Amino acid sequence: MRILVLSKSVPDLVEELALDEDSGELLHDDMTYVPSEWDDHALEEALLLKDEVGAEVTVLAVDTGDVDNMLFTALAKGADHAVKLTGDFDLATSNRKRAQAIANYLRDNPFDLVLSGVQAIDDIDGQIPAMVAGLLEWPHASVVTEVSIQGDQIHFRQEYGGGLQAELAAQTPLVLGIQAARKPPRYASVAKVRQMMKSSTVDEVDASADAVPELEIRRFFKPVAAGHAEMIEGEPDEVADRIITILKERKLVRG
Amino acid sequence: MGSILVVTEILGGNISDTSRELLSKARELSQTLGAEVVAVGFGSESAQALARIDADRAIAVTGQAVEQYLPLAYERSLLQVMEQESPQLTMIANTTMGLDLGAGVAATRGISLAAYCNGLAVEGDEIIAQSQVFAGKLLAEAVLPSEGAVVTILPGSFPASEVEGHPTVTTVDAVSAPGMSLIQVLEPEKGDVDITRADILVSVGRGIQDPENLTLADELADAIGGVVSCSRPVVDAGWLPKARQVGKSGQTVKPKLYLALGISGAPEHLQGMKDADLIIAANTDESASIMDVAHYGTTVDILDLMPALTERLRGE
Ligand SMILES: Cc1cc2nc3c(=O)[nH]c(=O)nc-3n(C[C@H](O)[C@H](O)[C@H](O)COP(=O)(O)OP(=O)(O)OC[C@H]3O[C@@H](n4cnc5c(N)ncnc54)[C@H](O)[C@@H]3O)c2cc1C
Ligand SMILES: Cc1cc2nc3c(=O)[nH]c(=O)nc-3n(C[C@H](O)[C@H](O)[C@H](O)COP(=O)(O)OP(=O)(O)OC[C@H]3O[C@@H](n4cnc5c(N)ncnc54)[C@H](O)[C@@H]3O)c2cc1C
Repeated sequence: MRILVLSKSVPDLVEELALDEDSGELLHDDMTYVPSEWDDHALEEALLLKDEVGAEVTVLAVDTGDVDNMLFTALAKGADHAVKLTGDFDLATSNRKRAQAIANYLRDNPFDLVLSGVQAIDDIDGQIPAMVAGLLEWPHASVVTEVSIQGDQIHFRQEYGGGLQAELAAQTPLVLGIQAARKPPRYASVAKVRQMMKSSTVDEVDASADAVPELEIRRFFKPVAAGHAEMIEGEPDEVADRIITILKERKLVRG
Repeated sequence: MGSILVVTEILGGNISDTSRELLSKARELSQTLGAEVVAVGFGSESAQALARIDADRAIAVTGQAVEQYLPLAYERSLLQVMEQESPQLTMIANTTMGLDLGAGVAATRGISLAAYCNGLAVEGDEIIAQSQVFAGKLLAEAVLPSEGAVVTILPGSFPASEVEGHPTVTTVDAVSAPGMSLIQVLEPEKGDVDITRADILVSVGRGIQDPENLTLADELADAIGGVVSCSRPVVDAGWLPKARQVGKSGQTVKPKLYLALGISGAPEHLQGMKDADLIIAANTDESASIMDVAHYGTTVDILDLMPALTERLRGE
C-alpha cells in the first residue's frame, strides 16, 4: 500500500493576522506559518497504518518557500519519503492551483491512498483533498476517522452532525480528508529532525502549473462582531467573586 | 433564463433546516438575477419532500445508489444534474455532505468554489460571496464568475425559508458508483450523561493543557450542579468521551449557563453553543473569537479561575 500524505502550512492563529486594512490584502510575509493541524492528524493516521500493516508513506508539500522543516519533521516521525513540488508557487498560491499541481503529480506517480487534513483555516477557495480527487475523478470522503486497510479495500468512518457516523468501504485509489487520527499526533524531537536534515533528502519534483479557475478575492477584512463580552477585570479571586454575583443575580446558583 | 441550483439534504423524509436556509437565500438572489430556483434532493423520499418547498423546479435523484448517503454516488449524480442544468450558481451547505461535494464537483467541472460562505449579494450583474476564513478571524469577499460557481454555505447564515411552494418535480436516475459502499450507520454513542439536557455546562478546551487538570473542571461542575463538556481537541486527545463534545461534529447545546474555559471559539464550536442563554468565557487571549459570542469574559488563567469558583460555590 502506497500512501501519500498532503501537508501545508497556514498562518499561526496565536499571532495577529497581518492584514493591510486599506487594501484588504493579506501580508503573507509578515505572518508566521505553522503546519496545518489537520494535516498532522492525516500523517499520524498514515503512520499508524504503516505500523500496523507496513504501508509506504510519502509526505508531499507544494513548495511555497517554507516547507522543508515540515517535511523533515514528517520524516523524523516515520514517513519514508518526502516530496516537494517546485514551480511558480508562494504563500499566496491558491488552493486550486496547489490541488492542480498535486493532481498532476498523482497522474505520474501512482498511489493507493491519499490522506490530507479535512480542511485548513485558509481554505477559502476549497479544500485540497476533495479538489485533488475531483480533478482526478477519484472517489473521496471528508470528515474521516478510523482508517483501516481490509484486503484491497479501505474502510473508514465518516462523521455527520450530532455524533452520527457511518462506516464506509471504498476501492483504491481513494482520497480521504482526515478529521482526527485515532491517536494524538506523535512528536519528533528537534534533535531527530536535525538528524533527518543531515541523513535524508527531500525529492524535488517540478510541477507544471496549468491555468486554473481562480476565485477573485476583492478584500479580506475583520468581521464587525455583533457584540463583545463585557470583560471582567482583576485577579482570579476578584473575577470569581464577580462571576458568582452574576450567577446569583440570574438565580443560576443558590445564595 | 439562468438557474440557481440548491443541493438539499433530506433527513427522515424532511428537508433539513440548513437546506431551508439555502432556499430562502436562493429565492432572494433569483428575484434580483431573474433566475430560476432549482432544488435537487436524493433518495426515494426526496420527490415528496421537494414537492412543497419554495423552488421553481425540483429534481429528485432516486435509485439504490443514493438511498443512503454515499459521497461517491451523490457526487456522480450531482455532476450529472449540473451537466444538464449548467447552473449560474450552485449552493451546498457546508455540512459533511458539503465538504464532500462542494470542492469535488467544482474541481471536476472546472469552475470556482467559494467555501465557508456566510453572505451572498448581487451587485450589478455580479454575485459577491462573503466567506469566513482563519477560524472566523477574517472575512473574505469574492466576486463569483458569471459562468457558474459553487458556494458552500455555513449553517445558520440565512433565515430558513418557511414558504410553501409547488415546484414541478422531475425524477432522474442516480448514477451508480460501485467504488464506495456503506457498511453500517453508527448511531451517536450514548455517554454516561446527555450534555444537551444539562442546564449548566462547564466546557473545557485545549486551554486545559493536561488531562490531570480535568479534575478542576469536575470539581467545579460538581460544585455548581453542572456537567463537564468540551471542544473537539479534548476528545481527539482521548481526555473526554465523544458524547461530551459540543459543536458541528458533536452536540448542539442550549444550556442556561455555558462556561467556556480555554476554548478559542472556532466556527465549528460556536455552531454548537452560541445560543446558550448565558455564556461566560475565560481565555487568556482577549481577542479570541469566543469573546464575540460570550456575554461576560475574563483573561485570567482557567487553572486559577476554576478552583477560585469552586471554593466560593462550596462556601469555603
Ligand atoms: C449514512 C447517513 C445516515 C444519515 N442518517 C441521518 C439520520 O438518521 N438523521 C439525521 O438527522 N441525519 C442523518 N444524516 C445526515 C447527516 O446527519 C447530516 O449531514 C447532518 O445532520 C448535518 O450535520 P452538520 O452538523 O454537518 O450540519 P448542520 O446543518 O451544520 O447542523 C445540524 C443542524 O443545526 C442547525 N444549525 C447549524 N448551525 C447553526 C447555526 N449557526 N445557527 C442556527 N442553527 C444552526 C442546522 O440548521 C441543522 O438543522 C445521515 C447521513 C448519512 C451519511
Ligand atoms: C468538519 C469539522 C468539524 C469540527 N467539529 C468540531 C466540534 O464539533 N467541536 C469543536 O469544538 N471543534 C470542532 N472542530 C474543530 C475546530 O475547528 C477547532 O479546531 C476547535 O474547536 C478548537 O478547540 P479549542 O478552542 O479547544 O482549541 P484552540 O483553538 O487551540 O483554543 C484554545 C484556547 O485556550 C486558550 N488558553 C490556553 N491556555 C489557557 C489558560 N491557561 N487559561 C485560559 N485560556 C487558555 C487559548 O488562548 C486558546 O484561545 C471541527 C473541525 C472540522 C474541520
